[in-house]
Amino acid sequence: MSRTPLPNTASAGKAAPIARAVANVLETDRLGVRLGRRQIITDLSLAVPEGAALAIIGPNASGKTVFFRALIGALPHTGTIRWAPGVRIGYVPQKLDLERDLPITGLDLLRAKARVTGAGDADLRRAMDLVSLGGVVARQPIGTLSGGQFQRLLLGFALMGRPTVLLCDEPTAGVDEPGEEHLYAMLHRLQQDEHLTVLLISHELNLIYRYATAVLCLSLSRRACFGSPLEVLTPERLQEMYGAPMLYHRHDGPLD
Amino acid sequence: MVPSTSAVALPVAAAVAAGLVGSFAVLRRMTLASDALSHVALPGIGIALLLNANPVLGGVTALLVGAVLIWRLEHRTRIPTEAIVGVVFSAALAVGSMLTSGEELLEALFGTEKAPGQAETLISLGLAALIVGFVLRARHRLLLMLVSSDLARTAGVKVARLDLTYLLAFALTVALGLRYLGILLMGSLIIIPAATARHITRSLDAMLAVAAGLAVVATVVGTLGAGVLHLPRGPLIITVAAGFFAVGVLIRRAD
Repeated sequence: MSRTPLPNTASAGKAAPIARAVANVLETDRLGVRLGRRQIITDLSLAVPEGAALAIIGPNASGKTVFFRALIGALPHTGTIRWAPGVRIGYVPQKLDLERDLPITGLDLLRAKARVTGAGDADLRRAMDLVSLGGVVARQPIGTLSGGQFQRLLLGFALMGRPTVLLCDEPTAGVDEPGEEHLYAMLHRLQQDEHLTVLLISHELNLIYRYATAVLCLSLSRRACFGSPLEVLTPERLQEMYGAPMLYHRHDGPLD
Repeated sequence: MVPSTSAVALPVAAAVAAGLVGSFAVLRRMTLASDALSHVALPGIGIALLLNANPVLGGVTALLVGAVLIWRLEHRTRIPTEAIVGVVFSAALAVGSMLTSGEELLEALFGTEKAPGQAETLISLGLAALIVGFVLRARHRLLLMLVSSDLARTAGVKVARLDLTYLLAFALTVALGLRYLGILLMGSLIIIPAATARHITRSLDAMLAVAAGLAVVATVVGTLGAGVLHLPRGPLIITVAAGFFAVGVLIRRAD
């Protein structure tokens, strides 16, 4: 088993580069991840082209977060994970379990990343602007922020160091419905403006259908499937995956 | 009797280190674990006494071995740190109390009034400076690690290595207080001022400053008060620190 070193982020080690000249930012080949006695991911091979918006879906415990944690080098795995040379990763984790009275402000968190990665104050302010995070909110303890404010803080954190790939693990967890729409629209705008490749774990099939260019579905019992939203998000396949019919509003294709 | 400057310098330096290291112990929710970790010094002191060696050296060695042991168990098994520390180091306390006896046991647990030698003082001051320097330099990395190890990892922090370094710094901080506070009370000086600071501050830098400041004030007041009131120094220092905690709770309530 090996751990994949992070690609050439602002301060992380270098990954094994993709040998041939392709425009894929990420390739996995027969990727397998085991936690204790349970094989969570088996033989997962996929390629993510530059600029893609890959949505990862699947029922709880199907290995979505495990997949991300293997990608960032936090979990040992079998098979290979190859990031393209020069890739910089921004990571938005699932809602964190923090105590409300933790004496750490949003600015503490952003400054900590700036100091650790060597990013300047200009980069910090730029990240705050990109996610519309004002100074007053950023100076509050992170435990007191609303769900939407906290997710924007995490997104701003991920955008520091000018990433080329954004990994978002359920970025709308703990956010109300209007906030969800707003956050996804912001993500989509950022992807366009910053020329990002986005890998996104989500249960929001309507929004996935609207924004994703590809979908990876992980399942508890079946092999993973990978394809365009049109191919993957069929009622039959969703019922197979989740074990129940899934309702969502289907558009004609991803929006620009 | 007023203590000399040199007799106060080492406890003050140890108190600064305790406040800083304790802040991250409290923030990482390892309050109980860190208190129990300090107990591991006891078998080391017991073995050193049996071998007629310097008991502080025995305690330091045991603490460093304990820190590495915690780290390895934490990273190799899926047992929660609290459980590992609770079992292993409570056992250490039991074994240590069998190896140490009488007055030596009391000194190991609650400290002694005996002044350290010049070499021990200088080495301890150097260690305190090293610990303070480490926490101040690594505070941003430690902050990222306590919020989320995955976030820290994606920012380029070597999480496992930082965790080990922090545990070693913690073990050395306990070692700094072995002589004047003892095993039980040094654990308290690490935790109580930091817990008070966590209660009354709203940012990390403020918490670090207040925790170190309260630990120093408790140490100075306790040391001076012990001379005036003819009370044992260690317990008085911790009583003062606990008094600050009670005031902190009241301040927060009134907030």
